[in-house]
Amino acid sequence: MIHIHSEELVRDLSLKAQQIRLHVLKMVYNAQSGHIGGAFSAAEILSALYFHHLRIDPRRPDWPERDRFLFSKGHACAALYSALAMRGFFPVDELMTFRQFDTRLQGHPDPHKLPGVEIPAGPLGHGVAVGAGMALALRQAGKPSAGSAPSARASNARVYTVLGDGEINAGVIWEGVMTAAKYHLGNLTAILDYNGIQQTGATADVMPTEPIADKWAAFGWHVQEVHGHNVAELLEALDRADEVHARPSVIIARTTKGKGVSLFEYDHRWHGMAPNKEQFEQALNELEEGIRPWQN
Amino acid sequence: MAELINMRKVYGEALVEVGRRYPDVVALSADVSNSEFSWMFQEAFPDRFFNTGIAEQSLVDVAAGLAYCGKIALANTFAFLFATRALEMVRTHLCYGGANVKLMATYAGVSDSFDGPTHHAISDMAIMRSLPKMTVVVPSDPIGVHKLLPQVVEWNGPVYFRINRNEVPVLFDDTYEPVIGKAIPLRPGRDVTLICCGLMVSRSLEAAEILKSDGIDARVVEMHTIKPLDGEAIEQAARETGALVTVEEHSIIGGLGGAVAEWVGECYPVPVVKVGLQDRFATTGPYNMVLDQFGFAVTDIVKAAQKAVVLKRG
Repeated sequence: MIHIHSEELVRDLSLKAQQIRLHVLKMVYNAQSGHIGGAFSAAEILSALYFHHLRIDPRRPDWPERDRFLFSKGHACAALYSALAMRGFFPVDELMTFRQFDTRLQGHPDPHKLPGVEIPAGPLGHGVAVGAGMALALRQAGKPSAGSAPSARASNARVYTVLGDGEINAGVIWEGVMTAAKYHLGNLTAILDYNGIQQTGATADVMPTEPIADKWAAFGWHVQEVHGHNVAELLEALDRADEVHARPSVIIARTTKGKGVSLFEYDHRWHGMAPNKEQFEQALNELEEGIRPWQN
Repeated sequence: MAELINMRKVYGEALVEVGRRYPDVVALSADVSNSEFSWMFQEAFPDRFFNTGIAEQSLVDVAAGLAYCGKIALANTFAFLFATRALEMVRTHLCYGGANVKLMATYAGVSDSFDGPTHHAISDMAIMRSLPKMTVVVPSDPIGVHKLLPQVVEWNGPVYFRINRNEVPVLFDDTYEPVIGKAIPLRPGRDVTLICCGLMVSRSLEAAEILKSDGIDARVVEMHTIKPLDGEAIEQAARETGALVTVEEHSIIGGLGGAVAEWVGECYPVPVVKVGLQDRFATTGPYNMVLDQFGFAVTDIVKAAQKAVVLKRG
């Protein structure tokens, strides 16, 4: 269903995105390790999903009817952890244990340690194929099969995965893309965090992926393109994707790597670098400034 | 001479059986269902079968996704492809993530003999058993497939089920009761123990007969589970016979031989002589010729046992 999203909702989700960035900055600074750039670019995407769109219950992380969310670009997990903590899956205080010895907030997500994490991620490329398997299982749950009894009732749960644009260099992404199209997985939505930069430079130089929308469309997916820091556009696209039943959907979210801090923006060096004290303070100031417009 | 039965057909039948018994079982294939015989499952349960195309990484990932949502996913392709091309998916989702996927590793060893070394799986057991949480099971005859596959399905966690492609001798009857993780003594003996798996069980039994006429009393133990290894059975064999020979359709590096040597090295060191492929690729040709020319001949087992006995005597 396509909902009308109120200005208050959009304002609140934009604020939460900025709060995700603040947590990420503090976590990576404290650990002196982690990935800022791709965490910042995905902040609004995570905010729209975790604080509005996903059907989840932090009190029941194993609820069988929950939507499955796969954060395929696992290196940017400081943002995922922030969203999960803010959503109530674990205490916000615990965020500062990120990357510390034997923490639940491992360097890359571990579903056995942290509630709300569905799959391990970090080695890139798994979101679409694993998501396709999940979407098949959820869709199939109630379907009686020749010669066997149905094992459970059908599920309305959906599968969402966030991919990095560097991540889609991996061949297995496209294997999964073909499989999802073959099986008409209308219950699978991929959100591509298209920030244009990967570890060693611009995606256009490292491994050109354009024409990106045409590629997904040619593979049989329903394609939407949005401004990835515009919460209203993201919410509408997520609603529209849910309405596509005969094929999987991709939302290409045009984003800025390191969004929100001038020092980090458009600079591939901030893919996996931790700020020093001076840089941290500058970034903190800019993020706090950036929160103000959403607070009133 | 024992009756010969094709393991692929037996596997296909066993797969249909577990499909009937366990409604949560689904099967997938990377477009080789008419090779490994999962087509029989597809015919019986079309809604529970998925052909992921010639894409083994996606095969394992899609299976993992199904398993994460409660299915027992049996992924089918050639053994070497699981162990090499799709290995990162296996490690990340099955072993680290705990996805309840069973890898139906067909065409194992050199059994896809005519397709040649590109298609032989000679390092797969070494690779798979080094992964935390992975279980490695190798049936040695058609009865073994029927008796072990339901246990594989019920096993909590990922399993690598290593299946021969060809006609193999029927060794057992319905009284055979293998249990995952428990070695099976097949023949008593005092001088040396042949610890074997897969097709090499039948060859080890033949070798034991020949050794008997040579004055060597060889014990034969079937180690159908490479991991978790039955260390107790190995230690008992080491203590009681003082010399071990491992016999497997695999490289001598890291497979059953490696596992046994690691174990006795830490509990009761005795000579361990390994029968297998000598750190090289085999060649194309008829299965029995490839086996006999590349270190898997009955005479290779006999020589290994003789060597082990000499080593034991110092």
